Parts: sequence; C-alpha cells; structure tokens
Amino acid sequence: MLQDFEFVGVLGFITFTIPVVTLIFAWLLRPKKPNAAKQETYESGIETIGETWVQFKAQYYIYAIVFVVFDIEAIFLLPFAVALRQLPLYALLWAIIFILLLLDGLLYGWRKGALHWN
Amino acid sequence: MQPIVDWVVSFDIPYVTEPMVRFISHIILASIIAVIAPGMLIVLTWLERKIIARIQDRIGPNRAGPFGLLQAFADMIKMFTKEDITPAVADRIPFNISPGLAVFSSIMLFAVIPFAPGIIGADLNVAVIYIIGVGGLGTLAILMAGWASNNKYAMLGGFRVVAMMLTYEIPMVLTLTAVVMVSGSMSLQSIVEAQSGMWYIITMPVAFAIFFFAGVAETGRSPFDLVEAESEIIAGFHTEYSGIKFGMFMIGEYVHMFSLAFLAAVIFLGGWQVPFINVGPDGFLGPLFGPIVGFISLIIKVFIFVFIMMWMRGTLPRFRIDHLQDLGWKFLVPVSIFLVIVVAVVVRLFAPGSTAGVPVEAGPLNALYFNGAGEVVALIIANVLVLAISLFVVTRVARRSRSKGLRAVSAVEGVPAK
Repeated sequence: MLQDFEFVGVLGFITFTIPVVTLIFAWLLRPKKPNAAKQETYESGIETIGETWVQFKAQYYIYAIVFVVFDIEAIFLLPFAVALRQLPLYALLWAIIFILLLLDGLLYGWRKGALHWN
Repeated sequence: MQPIVDWVVSFDIPYVTEPMVRFISHIILASIIAVIAPGMLIVLTWLERKIIARIQDRIGPNRAGPFGLLQAFADMIKMFTKEDITPAVADRIPFNISPGLAVFSSIMLFAVIPFAPGIIGADLNVAVIYIIGVGGLGTLAILMAGWASNNKYAMLGGFRVVAMMLTYEIPMVLTLTAVVMVSGSMSLQSIVEAQSGMWYIITMPVAFAIFFFAGVAETGRSPFDLVEAESEIIAGFHTEYSGIKFGMFMIGEYVHMFSLAFLAAVIFLGGWQVPFINVGPDGFLGPLFGPIVGFISLIIKVFIFVFIMMWMRGTLPRFRIDHLQDLGWKFLVPVSIFLVIVVAVVVRLFAPGSTAGVPVEAGPLNALYFNGAGEVVALIIANVLVLAISLFVVTRVARRSRSKGLRAVSAVEGVPAK
C-alpha cells in the first residue's frame, strides 16, 4: 500500500523540476534592467498610501473557521462512506446525528450573521 | 501500470527485476504527464480563444499560423522574453515560490487518475482524500502570491479568492463523499469499475451538478472569475507578476481546469468505460485495443467537459462576491449535506447481506435490490427528491426575503407594497 506512493514521489520530483527549469530558462532569455521606478508597488499610477500589510477584515477569518469545521466533518465522513455497506444499521443513525449536529452549527452561524459578506 | 510491467517482465531479460521495471515505467508515465499536462495549455488556450470568439460572433486569433494555431507559441515566446519586474518591497521567497506551487498542485492531481483499465499512476486506496489535499495546495499558492506582493490590491484579491475557494471546497468534498458511499471505495480505479452498471451522472445527477459547479468555482473560471476580473480589482493577486511567473499562474489555472474535467469524467461519466462494450483486458477487444479504446473514450469525455467550461465562460456574466458566498454557504452546503444523508440512507437500506463471509445485516429493503437495479432507481428518485425539496425551500425563502425587502423599501418611501 505504501508502494503505491512511489509514483506520487516520482511525479512530485519531476513536477518540482518543471517550474525550476522554466524559471532558469526564462532567466537566461530575458533582459535584466531594474531601476527604482519600475520596482515601485503598483497603485494605479500614484504613490502607495499607508502600509500594505495592515489588519484585514475579520470576515475572512470566520469563513476559514467554518471551512475548517466542515472539512473535518467531511474527513470523518469519508471512512464511514467507505464502510457504509458493511456497517450495522444503527451506525446509519449515528452518522445522521453527527451530520445534523454540524448542520445545526451551520444554521447557528447563519442566524448570527457569520456567513454574511459585507 | 501492472499489465505493462507484466508484459516487460515476461521477456525475461537478464538482470532486470520487476521493481526496476516498475520504477522505470513510473518514470516514463510521470514524464509523459509532466510534459503533456502543461503542453495541453497550448491546445486549451487555442480552443478557448476560438470557442469564446465564436460565441461572441467573431473569429478569434487567425494570424499567427493556419487558424491561429501558433498563437500560443507566440505568447510563450513573449512571456519568456519579458523582463521580470519584482517590486522592491515584495517578500522574496513566497513571491518566487507561489507560481511554481500553483503549477505543482495542478499537475500532481494526475497521479491518481485512471487513464485506461490497468493504466493508472498510483492506485491509491485514499485517492479521494489525496485529491482534496492536493487541490488545497493551489489555494495556498494564491494566498502566498497575494500576500507576498505587498500590494493592497493583490492582497485583497488574494483574500477574496481564497474565501471563495474555501467556500466551494466543502460541496466538492461532500459530493465526493456521496459518490464514495455508492461505490464503496475511495480509489478512483474502483469508482470507475463500480460504474459498470450505470454511470453516476445518471444515478446521482444532483451530486454531479454540485460537484461540477463547485469545481468550476474552485478553479476560478468564469462565471466565478473574480480572480481575473480585470476591471474590478486591477488584476487581483497576480498584479505584480510579469513574464513567465504570470505565465505559470495561467498554466496552473488551465491545467487545474483540465484536471477537473478529468475528475468529472472519471467519477461521474464512467472514466474509460464505453457503453455496452467491455474494454477490460478480458473483453472482446483484447488486452491491447481495449485500453486504447477506453483511453480515447476518456479523452472524448474530458473534452466534452472542457467545452462546457469554455461555453460557460463565454456566456455567463460574472457573479458578485456576496452572491457567490451566499450561493456557496446558504445553498450548496446545506443541499450537499442533505444529499449525503439521503444517499447514505438509500445505500444502506438497499445493501445486500453478507459478502465474503463478513457477517453484515442486510438492509430492510434488500428485496428490491434486483442485483443493483433497485438501488439505481432508488438513487435517481432520491436525487430528484433532494432537488425538488431544496428548490422549493429556496423559492420560499427568496419570496419571503423579497417581500420583506419590498416592505422595508415601501415603509421608507411611503409607496404601498404589493
């Protein structure tokens, strides 16, 4: 079973070299004439106002948290999905209770406005 | 790869052992994938520009070669010879790594796709989890690109894109869970073989629709393309990238679209199967022509999906970000959860009793199983039910919120509400 990952390793190694080779090839071909005006940050032709790495909107963080909750739920559901036909009938009830608990979490977030983009 | 390895080993060449042959076959297949997948960029960009042009009643590129076929080569030469302007204040390491990571994650998806009966890179028994994990690397690449550019527009663009991709990852994963429930295995080769009864696009059309649209949103194609919305946020997360690094983001996007088409073809449209013909090594086409015909049928299915994606790009207007997020969280996620519950109930209730000596309780509706046909019919009915109920709920909610909105507006302006 671990042997199956041999191909993933080989493909990973070869795929890793592709961007490297491309970048080296492009480095050989392109002109290199940096000057201060070219290397300024782009802001529609004017000077940048204020620091860039400022605090961002908390809404992004909330989306990430809700995503993590549902991703973990899905990961727990996948072994259940594989073994579904071999499990006894009451396992179905437990899985449905698990899914409904998480759906309840989604509804809570929805009513509290966690999913509202503004 | 096992049939090819067996065939080479049967020649009994001295000093050549089976692990060596397998390793060499892996290297050859990996090289083919790693060269052809970005090479498809050339075909796909030509196809896209021609198709979108025809949809918009114009011709598309026709100067660079016969029918504009060399246009992509011209673009490649342009990208290689452009100067790479890196902002002085950009964060060097993520700035340089993220285009490579975008390409890497798109090509790694091809490791688990079955191209023909027996020809698969790595028949992982956790292939579905592998797909989800590797797909997440692409999202990370975009976040790195937006952050490292040290540009407010790029950063905002990157965050918006990542929020959208996280939103649409969940319906994809949940519909894949529904497919795994029906097929009983996470390995893509087993999913293809489990479709020898009926392809999953027919037994689970709702799962297919959710998976396909969530997948299109994941790749950042139109109508979900606020990634490349040129007029909205300058150029999004790739504002500060020039030349070949921008080219690599484009390669990543097109290869990701191509691999989504492969996944949809393999998981829902039966992969290398041809209707009514057995293309396995024991079918009547034999061990050589069977897999070739299977591969050709897979390519046809993949290009059907590629065409559909380009068609969507040429036809539909872009979605607004808040509409996107509402569609994702408030419609697709509840519907896919509902679908998972319904499919689990149907599959378990119809499941046959003990197989291979494992003591298993048969489902109570096993009498209607009819060797798989009963389950197929029940799944189709269940899908139609899920679709009907969710559309009914959505129209009720929409009508209620629209009338509430109208009442709010009329209360302010003194116009009588309907």
